[in-house]
Amino acid sequence: MAVLTEEQSLIKDQASAWVVAKAPVGSFRALRDSKSGQSFAPDTYKAMVDMGWSGILVPQQYGGSDLGYLTFGLILEQLGRQLTASPLFSSSLVGVTALLLAGNPAQKEALLPGIASGSVLLTLALDESSRHQPEHTALQAVKRGEGFTLTGSKTFVAEGMCATHFVVAARTSGNPGDAQGISLFVVPADASGITRSALPAIDSRDHARLTLTNVQVGGTALLGALDDGLPVLEKILDRARIGIAAEMLGTACQAFDMTLDYLKTRVQFGKVIGSFQALGHRAAAMYSLMEQSRSCVEAALQAVDAGADNVPELASLAKCQVGKFLFAMSNELIQIHGGIGMTDEFDAGLYLKRARVLEASFGNRAYHRDRYARLMGF
Amino acid sequence: MATEFETSVRDWVAQNLPAPLAGARIDMYGVVSGDPAVKDAFDLWRRRLAAQGWGAPTWPVEYGGAGLTDAQAKVVSRAIAKAGSMNPIPYLSGMGVTMVGPTLLEYGTPEQKTRHLPGMASGEVRWCLGLSEPNAGSDLASLTTSAELDDEGWVLNGQKTWTSGADKSQWCGVLVRTDRSAAKRDGISFLMLEMKQPGIVTRPISLIAGESPFCETFFTNARARKDDLLGKLNDGWSVVKRLLQHERQSQTTAPATTNKVEPLQDIAKRYLGSNADGTLADADLRSRLADHLMDTAAHELTIARIMTDARGGNLEVTATASILKNSATDSTQGRSELLLEIMGNQGVGWETGEYTEEEVRTAREWLGGKAMSIYGGSYEVQKNIIAKNILGLPETTQKG
Repeated sequence: MAVLTEEQSLIKDQASAWVVAKAPVGSFRALRDSKSGQSFAPDTYKAMVDMGWSGILVPQQYGGSDLGYLTFGLILEQLGRQLTASPLFSSSLVGVTALLLAGNPAQKEALLPGIASGSVLLTLALDESSRHQPEHTALQAVKRGEGFTLTGSKTFVAEGMCATHFVVAARTSGNPGDAQGISLFVVPADASGITRSALPAIDSRDHARLTLTNVQVGGTALLGALDDGLPVLEKILDRARIGIAAEMLGTACQAFDMTLDYLKTRVQFGKVIGSFQALGHRAAAMYSLMEQSRSCVEAALQAVDAGADNVPELASLAKCQVGKFLFAMSNELIQIHGGIGMTDEFDAGLYLKRARVLEASFGNRAYHRDRYARLMGF
Repeated sequence: MATEFETSVRDWVAQNLPAPLAGARIDMYGVVSGDPAVKDAFDLWRRRLAAQGWGAPTWPVEYGGAGLTDAQAKVVSRAIAKAGSMNPIPYLSGMGVTMVGPTLLEYGTPEQKTRHLPGMASGEVRWCLGLSEPNAGSDLASLTTSAELDDEGWVLNGQKTWTSGADKSQWCGVLVRTDRSAAKRDGISFLMLEMKQPGIVTRPISLIAGESPFCETFFTNARARKDDLLGKLNDGWSVVKRLLQHERQSQTTAPATTNKVEPLQDIAKRYLGSNADGTLADADLRSRLADHLMDTAAHELTIARIMTDARGGNLEVTATASILKNSATDSTQGRSELLLEIMGNQGVGWETGEYTEEEVRTAREWLGGKAMSIYGGSYEVQKNIIAKNILGLPETTQKG
């Protein structure tokens, strides 16, 4: 664990205790089984807002506490441990970051206070295919008078069904694949011409497909520079990648703890199975991956707070390394638990399913290996 | 701001470092290779350093040192490094200047110091150490090489192994059993003896990476002078403990190499070429190279995290540190395997000529690196330690 300030330690302990007591994996299971179509339990998110979590990155003048990304990461890790369903990451990290990095004062004033107070849920609508490839953005935004008309589709939009607003990446010039010609827009979810449908993914969380048909927005909807949105989008994405890596670390750490506990209690052949060297060595390998993943995630969170210039490298490193750990750990979780791990009644499957969704989000390992190589000059 | 001492050292080096030596390569024995002019210059450089007492700068002047403080000694070594050269004397003295000498300064009689230290400090007498035996490795105190006193001195019998530089040394410090009836650690003494005598035979050990400094050393009625017992009789264990502390110290304070290591991806581009967009021409290798670099970065960030935590007094440090030996091994061995693959046909050279020095070194280091997952507790032993001591899993069972 990084050397934390007293305030950070306090928030981490508070988050850990609260998540276990009030939003454990059992609550998520109940939400899933209710088939209510709800993205999250309203009480759960209200409690998070009341604790100030929705405003951790929001400057104080807009009603937040401005405590930084490391603090946010500590909370996300705890939520990841219990698979707590909420729009906190999508809106209060990704949405807020987009406003902080690309928004003008009027846009910040319009949305940040609402995000902090929980009334606004702002999520990023980026991917259009089965792959995360920001520069391939094709959704058209055509200038019309002062405003723009948006037409196209988005998929795999996290918390897309419950969002009140979207940050939509659109093409204002050039062709898909061009770095130039991408612009960001803030679009209300209830704008005329937007339809959204839920994607029934394995993790039972809120993912949406959006279809935009001649959606009219004013000139004030443009977030950041016209045609030159990719650089700031990459900055937003790096913070998102680091944030989701913190959540993934929590998910994988919980899977590790569950597995270690099982290794110490399950008896076969008259012995605790953890005494078998083949299993002990695998546990040791997972422990090593866990410690190294933590080093990467914490270094990345701290680099963002410090305004370091190696955030892009660290973002790809963190997403990739923790992705490696979560992939291996979620498989070991099932394998080492054996038959019980295959049952829906046991929680292992929930972790495995969530693991693969997180892996595909904001670039998988192959994406970040390639990106890291590029950043390192090969 | 340079102090007066720093300035004088720098001036001395500038005036006394022979010109042909800048950038000359020397081997692990402190021997320079090249044409005779370079060799002569190198010996002149050694004699000049020795005359200054800078072979062992912190030792007293009467024993061949210069009586400098540790800080002043660092100034000297930095000035020499900055001038693009190095001090060959610690290498030429074998285990002398770094290990036997400092221990002698503490445990030796004035007569022993006068007799042995100046030869080390001038780099004229090379020392080796006979510690490990075939059946006394990690459990050093179970050694059986014996020494008995007769009218003319000590008579030694037994075998040592991993004696680094034994075949090239004039003197040896050897750990022997002098009381078989005492408890393991209480019957051991430390003797010094000349290597050139009929009772000693050395046999170099060849490793998979080729020649090594290691030897097996056999003692058959070998002789040591009666007054070459270092420390008290049967108190050799204290002497060797101190000696090994000096070894660790010399390893941690070893001068950092001034050579810049070329990044792996640059070597890869040099051998394989790039595509028009600047990516490495071999896509499969590129992906694995990125994976390796990220694993290594994660390993380094873990070291950094441990250092920060340790300063903050975090007690979980030791647990985290337990993974480092294996991740360091993965990183080092992984790098070597990738380098070999990058160099392809040129990566499997054993001798230079058709292969560059860099290529041969790569192959040799790849082979030598296999030791890393064996020594200091093998890769598997490390995993056992993590499973048992850190994760609290029960003792592993051999039969399932």
